[in-house]
Amino acid sequence: MSTQVHVDRFIDAKGQMCPMPIITLKKAWKDIAVGQVVAIAATDQGARRDIPSWAEATGNTLLGMSEEQGVLTFYLRKVA
Amino acid sequence: MAISTVDKEHMTLSLDMERLIQERVDELTGARIEQMVRERVDEAMKKDPAKRKVAIIASKGTLDMAYPPLILATAAAALDMEVEVFFTFYGLNIIKKGAADKLQVAPIANPAMPVPMPNIIGMLPGMTPAATWMMKTLYFGKHHVATIGELLEQCKELGVKLIACQMTMDVLGFKREELLDEVEVAGAATFLAFAREAHTTLFI
Repeated sequence: MSTQVHVDRFIDAKGQMCPMPIITLKKAWKDIAVGQVVAIAATDQGARRDIPSWAEATGNTLLGMSEEQGVLTFYLRKVA
Repeated sequence: MAISTVDKEHMTLSLDMERLIQERVDELTGARIEQMVRERVDEAMKKDPAKRKVAIIASKGTLDMAYPPLILATAAAALDMEVEVFFTFYGLNIIKKGAADKLQVAPIANPAMPVPMPNIIGMLPGMTPAATWMMKTLYFGKHHVATIGELLEQCKELGVKLIACQMTMDVLGFKREELLDEVEVAGAATFLAFAREAHTTLFI
């Protein structure tokens, strides 16, 4: 992914286990404007697949993911 | 004579040409129609309301079996899906007021426990509470998995519809006021009316 992404909102879902990271994301989503970029950090390793699946199911765009010391950070752009 | 030969050749050529043209046209229009139909079907599938519905039956009343229906229900709601969970038989215990966090897991006849226990020990008094404590504290708790009570709260916030089975309530002696306020009471037909329009239907 591009190293220059403007993040409009950061969501900390570290320590949360399935299914909480996507629930946290879903709840935060209603306060995000279309086009805005959200970064969500999670330590649940299931999120590696679940956040991309969430993006696909809800019709939003996954811009990319970074990983540092077990923390997965996903960058998503709101489409729907 | 010469004219007639030319005409005949010309005629044959025309027929061949015509056949070739027809075959090519068929081939092209066939492919185009197929592509158009595929596009339309894909579009319709994207809008298919059944893709966005999940119907779950929760029939068990133990701690371990209360998790799957609630995790899947809340996850589906997070995926913008419409979810109904039908609680029947022992599943009614999950939606009993104040009972969610009192559900237990029995070690007897359960060789898949993290610490397997011979049935003869599992049947001793106190072993079910011990196994429940282990499951809650050493496994789910240690990993910070949401409790059953927390998942029920998420169901409420996310608009998951919880339905209690009327017949099993009557048979097992559950009163309406004993169940969570957000629960609706209905029968099999109500569940099926929703489930028949849902691609995802799970019996747990």
